[in-house]
Amino acid sequence: MLLDDKSVYLMRLGDNALVLSQRLSEWCGKGPAFEEDMALTNIALDLIGQARMWLSYAGEVEGRGRDEDALAFRRDSHEFTNLLLVEQPNGDYAQTLVRQFFFDAWHQLVLEALRRSSDDRIADIAAKAIKEVAYHLRRSSDLVVRLGDGSAESRRRMQDAVDELWMFTGEMFNADETEELLGAQGLACDPSTLMDAWLAMVSEVFAEATLELPAGEWMQKGGKQGRHGEHLGLLLAEMQFLQRAYPGATW
Amino acid sequence: MYAQMVDTGVKRVQGLDEMSAEERAFQERIDAGIKIEAKDWMPEGYRRTLIRQISQHAHSEIVGQLPEGNWVTRAPSLKRKAILLAKIQDEAGHGLYLYSAAETLGVTRDQVYADLLSGKVKYSSIFNYPTTNWADIGTVGWLVDGAAIMNQIPLCRCSYGPYSRAMVRVCKEESFHQRQGYDLVMTMARGTPEQKQMAQDALNRWWWPALMMFGPPDSDSVHSAQSMQWKIKILSNDELRQKFVDQTVPQAEYLGLTVPDPELKWNEDTGHYDFGEIDWEEFRQVVAGNGPCNRDRLRTRVKAWDDGAWFRDALLAHAEKKSERQVAAAKAA
Ligand SMILES: [Fe+2]
Ligand SMILES: [Fe+2]
Ligand SMILES: [Fe+2]
Repeated sequence: MLLDDKSVYLMRLGDNALVLSQRLSEWCGKGPAFEEDMALTNIALDLIGQARMWLSYAGEVEGRGRDEDALAFRRDSHEFTNLLLVEQPNGDYAQTLVRQFFFDAWHQLVLEALRRSSDDRIADIAAKAIKEVAYHLRRSSDLVVRLGDGSAESRRRMQDAVDELWMFTGEMFNADETEELLGAQGLACDPSTLMDAWLAMVSEVFAEATLELPAGEWMQKGGKQGRHGEHLGLLLAEMQFLQRAYPGATW
Repeated sequence: MYAQMVDTGVKRVQGLDEMSAEERAFQERIDAGIKIEAKDWMPEGYRRTLIRQISQHAHSEIVGQLPEGNWVTRAPSLKRKAILLAKIQDEAGHGLYLYSAAETLGVTRDQVYADLLSGKVKYSSIFNYPTTNWADIGTVGWLVDGAAIMNQIPLCRCSYGPYSRAMVRVCKEESFHQRQGYDLVMTMARGTPEQKQMAQDALNRWWWPALMMFGPPDSDSVHSAQSMQWKIKILSNDELRQKFVDQTVPQAEYLGLTVPDPELKWNEDTGHYDFGEIDWEEFRQVVAGNGPCNRDRLRTRVKAWDDGAWFRDALLAHAEKKSERQVAAAKAA
């Protein structure tokens, strides 16, 4: 039971990084400025590196002989355990950025906690990842401020993106049994403990950005348990195409 | 190659005795192997030719992200996806680095980039071909980056300091790309029959366009004679192409792949491979805008630029607000 919970938890961390990386790489060569193309590719690359570390470990803990690629390319949508937030489509650049900011702020808090995990390997991966994520968060919060407090159009686009994505943020803080159990053991972090810090961080950036926190309280959930929206299936169909079409090949 | 058929604006190459004193001093520095730096005096033709050459090269790096980006979301393993992302990031970096080199010659990046978007300035013909199977990604690294290196290693010795230093840095990364590309093709060439077929298909489609990257024979071209006198072109197109063929054919043989040229044959006498006639009409058509992907490539970059206008404007608007606030705060203090 414990092993199952642990591999499930590791898979969630890996799936978040993998799915968001996949979304960012859809921008490849199509960003609004050269520097943005560079930054998005760079962040996608960081996240793929993190996904590989989490998924490899998840596969080892699971003990069924699945490596990072088996987990990435041969699970179906209902077996993916990423947050609904990261599977949301890129939309315009404002939506991509707001999605990134919401996630980065959460990601940093999670990794900060995992650095103190009782599991050495989790602590090591988190310590490595947090250096990258600190940069991701610096960049995304800086851009949220500049675009929120930019032109009338950029402010409207950013506020629209915030309103659009807000209902996918609640899930980040819903602890389920797995997280409660592993959290109590000091192995993982109970995400419900991160809510206040996250909200404080977002509120501070939004104040500077002249953006408003949405009033809506109804939150979507289910990603962590494998209940996704329609977008994830298509993302996976594209990502998994070669592994599915040519099973057994080595690439 | 990344810069093909660069126009030097001259009709005839001048001898030392026909030059002005300034021009002669300039040419003598070049002949002595002394680098020209941004602040040095230079003939207008030299400056303009370099801007064309460097910006064509920069545009190629930028547009070159698109055929590779076409497969980044479908890379078949996480490791290959990471390698491809890193390569694309490098290419974007090369583009920026080269635009900076062009800016030392008194143009702005935005001006130069506007000429790409309007279709006025070209990028390498090679990026107007489609990447249709995964082996194309390896083949592009192997052949396209390979051809780029062939051309750019001599350019590390070119006469213009900022460009030669850019080339030194770029070449290191390009040779890394080439090795990784070759490794990908090797994995497929030694894989399942379907994978081997993909690898062969990719070589069939990329071989001739890769040879065209070096541009038409330039023995009789006044532009290449001028560029060579200025040492911003070191070897002729045909010399580079021959070196590339000589290097690449044994690599293909090692993979067990067949180069799609029935006339390809080792020539004992010359110590080089003889190869068949290149379809220069196809090359001219691709350069003129009629390649399979020209319209798509340009449309994609134009759309990205147009869709990003609000973003760039907003950053400017924010910077203005910020400086206004600083001025106001300074007054209040
Ligand atoms: Fe490059
Ligand atoms: Fe290059
Ligand atoms: Fe390259």
